[in-house]
Amino acid sequence: MNSIPIRVLVAKPGLDGHDRGAKIIARALRDAGMEVIYTGLRQTPEMIVNAALQEDVQVIGLSILSGAHSAIVPRVLELLREKDMAGVKVIVGGIIPDDDARDLERQGVTAVFQPGASLEAIVASVRNAVQAA
Amino acid sequence: MGITAPPDPALKLTADQTAADQTIGQPGVFPYTRGIHKDMYRSRLWTMRQFSGFSTPEETNERYHYLLEQGQTGLSVAFDLPTLMGYDSDHAMSEGEVGKCGAPISSLADMETLFNGIPLADVTVSMTINSPAAVIWAMYLAVAEKQGADLSRVGGTLQNDILKEYIAQKEYIFPPRPSMRLVTDTIEYGAKHTPRFNPVSISGYHIREAGSTALQELAFTLRDGLEYVDWALARGLAIDDFAPRLSFFFNAHNDFFEEIAKYRAARKLWATLMRDRYGAKDERSMKLRFHAQTAGCSLTWQQPYNNVVRTAIQAMAAVLGGAQSLHTNSLDEAYALPNEHAVTLALRTQQVIAYESGIKDVPDPFGGSEFLEQLTCDLEAGARDYIRKIDEMGGMISAIERGYPQTEIASASYEFQKKVERGEAVIVGVNKFQSGSNQGAEKQIDTLKIDQSAGDRQCEKLRRLRETRHNGEVARALGALRSAADGSDNLMPPLLDAVRAYATLGEICDVFREAFGTYEERPNI
Repeated sequence: MNSIPIRVLVAKPGLDGHDRGAKIIARALRDAGMEVIYTGLRQTPEMIVNAALQEDVQVIGLSILSGAHSAIVPRVLELLREKDMAGVKVIVGGIIPDDDARDLERQGVTAVFQPGASLEAIVASVRNAVQAA
Repeated sequence: MGITAPPDPALKLTADQTAADQTIGQPGVFPYTRGIHKDMYRSRLWTMRQFSGFSTPEETNERYHYLLEQGQTGLSVAFDLPTLMGYDSDHAMSEGEVGKCGAPISSLADMETLFNGIPLADVTVSMTINSPAAVIWAMYLAVAEKQGADLSRVGGTLQNDILKEYIAQKEYIFPPRPSMRLVTDTIEYGAKHTPRFNPVSISGYHIREAGSTALQELAFTLRDGLEYVDWALARGLAIDDFAPRLSFFFNAHNDFFEEIAKYRAARKLWATLMRDRYGAKDERSMKLRFHAQTAGCSLTWQQPYNNVVRTAIQAMAAVLGGAQSLHTNSLDEAYALPNEHAVTLALRTQQVIAYESGIKDVPDPFGGSEFLEQLTCDLEAGARDYIRKIDEMGGMISAIERGYPQTEIASASYEFQKKVERGEAVIVGVNKFQSGSNQGAEKQIDTLKIDQSAGDRQCEKLRRLRETRHNGEVARALGALRSAADGSDNLMPPLLDAVRAYATLGEICDVFREAFGTYEERPNI
């Protein structure tokens, strides 16, 4: 087992201010022993990828409830590739319709969590993503 | 057990019951615990007001006409995120967000389209807008004027509750103090010019959606209300000149009796605070009027038809709790903005309660129940503690600046989620009674898809507007607004001039951003 804590960036992109989910996930990952950096609200894809680089995280968790995921998530993935950070895993949570979720996974998102997902499953997914890397 | 005799309709109260009656009070009598009117829904039903807006002003206008034809009695406008954040549809930050969560309104032209064929002299409209509320209200009043409506008779509600944005919903633009000045400007303007308009809807809804308890929702909302009162008094207004138009907006969540008790405690506390803390004399200042919306955060993605049942029970709590108007959520709202079928079913849910259940015939029927009265007292006492704590911090703005309500809510929401994880809090279809795989739930319902071209169409309209309007007049009006923002006069008159010249929402908010600065919260979990 790896004893160095996993580093995760929890980010809230877009204009939406509903941060209940992002904060719950951040606390749950922290309680699971990870080092969590929460960006706060209204982050652009550029700000998120820069923060991921500065903080040297292994995983980025994006919380999006506004329906803007199809514009935001591909841009984050593209910036990660541009900056040679393709090893950073991206996990998305929020109101993401099934078709869009499959589409995001095809584009390189590690996992998409829809409403009602358990914290246990999300924590496990972050661990697996890092172990698979 | 034998058979109990049916209650005697002519039953006279015993001496003991009369005494009990005096403590629990009567509907329509101070402190209005049991309702603000003696007859409640026997004389007038609540207003059925479904929150709605999506895609473009044109499509939203069509939906409004549809809802009014279906028997809805008031309108409630949902604006999209760019509008809520004071950006025009063609701003870089608006990309991918135009029309997604509501209707985009960038100028008076969009507002004219939104209410095309809807007489604002007759229909009351509620608008869920906060940071740029004064601007959107100016556009609304300008449309009403153009329709020939008498402003002193125009009725409606502006949400305009900026404090709960810092606390919970987080759609703020400017720092707290200039934001409070804008709110106070609308309260003052309303007191003088639009006596039938509610300039603020002090909202617990979003606080609850952010994960608070019922008690926190009650306490923080009432304390926000006191903050608005303090600012209006400091402006020089007399309590009874504006307090009658302060309105409230609460959540209707799952815990049936706790919700009913929450509304009762809210009325009792507000009436007492208005009388004792501020010396209000007009009973309308003491009567807490509220809109209720069923709990969006209680709706599940799994087994979405269960949401119809949740919503019906929540709506009953709101009605039994004496709401003046009500929005019932649609079953598909964990997925997307509701489709027309789902919205109609949600409205029918209210109509069944109103016309078939008989609930409307009795004000506060649970009043006097030992359990409900105790719950009401407990919530009142708990809220008084919170209010005292926030008073000691120097008021709600200081409390917000130190992150107090935000952290209280985040902790409550995390505690609840952990109970769900452990199975101590049951969510039917999610952590208990799952039906096999949850996959494919979405296939059971048709979700509303927002046409991606909505944003392009809005941008094209804005481009034409900027070409055809009198740009010299726009520049003059924006200049005058900037001078006014730097001074201390009421900003509503220069705002009305600017919107009449078709200055856009984004242009006006940019003037305020320059004058007031912008606000960012310190992220903490």
